[in-house]
Amino acid sequence: MWKRDESVKPATPPAPAPAAPAPPAVSMPAASSERRTQPLQGENVNIGKSVVIKGELSGSEDLTIEGNVEGRIELKENILTIGPNGKIRAEVFAKSVIVLGEVTGNVTASEKVDIRDNGSVDGDITSPRVAIAEGAHFRGSVDMQRSGAKPQAPAVASKPAATAPAPAAQPAAASAQAQKVGA
Amino acid sequence: MADSARTMTDWLGFLGNRRAAEPAPAAVTPAPATPELSHPTKSLQKFLACLQAQENPVLLDLGPVVGSNVTFFGEQLGCRIRVEDVASDIEAHIKKDTTDQLAEFFAKRFTQAPGTVDGILAWDVLDYLDRNAALALATALTQLLRPDGALLGFFSTTESKQAVYTKYVVVDPQHLRYRAYPASRPRQRALLTGDIIRMFKGLRVSDSFLMKSNVREMLFRKNPA
Repeated sequence: MWKRDESVKPATPPAPAPAAPAPPAVSMPAASSERRTQPLQGENVNIGKSVVIKGELSGSEDLTIEGNVEGRIELKENILTIGPNGKIRAEVFAKSVIVLGEVTGNVTASEKVDIRDNGSVDGDITSPRVAIAEGAHFRGSVDMQRSGAKPQAPAVASKPAATAPAPAAQPAAASAQAQKVGA
Repeated sequence: MADSARTMTDWLGFLGNRRAAEPAPAAVTPAPATPELSHPTKSLQKFLACLQAQENPVLLDLGPVVGSNVTFFGEQLGCRIRVEDVASDIEAHIKKDTTDQLAEFFAKRFTQAPGTVDGILAWDVLDYLDRNAALALATALTQLLRPDGALLGFFSTTESKQAVYTKYVVVDPQHLRYRAYPASRPRQRALLTGDIIRMFKGLRVSDSFLMKSNVREMLFRKNPA
């Protein structure tokens, strides 16, 4: 009885022991090197709560702002998210803008502006698609001009900061999308 | 067979009483929220038709911001919408106890150049104003309208003591949903049709509908230049 147990025990445990650590030993360095090289291509970049930026902010990756930004933000090919703690006092240009915090200034998006619950925008919006949630605050004008529209002289002269929208600058793809939604 | 079945039932009876009937589902499920009824509208479609002739019209909405309305008008008309929440102006004056200055306030309230707005959604804001303030607002709105522009106004035909404002949510061009929210004071009075027409003396009544919801929907047009 005792002898039989001793003979079985040493045979089984060594087999899984080397097998388990083997795969991570090979794959881990590869994964970590990928993370080091690729973070700036598709991932979201955050500007933290305590960060204050004054001036011009531009880039080519999606950005989430939780801090304070004053000036101008330009992410024409990317998504800008203003987080619940974000406070923006700037002219904003982006592909899509999602507002959960506060924005004072005009917002121009080639695809969509989405003001979520508790989000606040005080300024004029120019975008082919605009969504304003039930609990959101909005004060200003919304310009959702159809494609092929002639640029119109600004009829509203409300805010000194307000600039005339530039419908000609909107990409054709965005305008086509607006028409699809409208249909 | 019947005897044997009875015997089995009797034997099973020793194990305990029959299972009690399940409680009625109505007692468990929470009471359903009161549904917001959608009311028919006859004037909205005509208002839209007035603006659809224009290319990229400018629209002024005097109600509180309703996201779905912004989307609706933007997609239907491809327009530029400006939201000017007059109800919040009234509230601010009530809280400061300066309602006597509302007429003066409305005379300078709008910063748009005269004759630059194609359509105005006045909804029912005039019902919440006294005679002088309502006249001042109506005059200011008349000035803002472009020649051939349209103004849509709703006027209650009954007196109400309920201190609520109404958000008019567009369901489709034939239906609106009335969504009440608290106000500091009720509607001031039910305006007579003659008084309304006199208030907007620079405009002509294009259509007027008395709805079953005790609302008179009136569509005004400014004469072409």
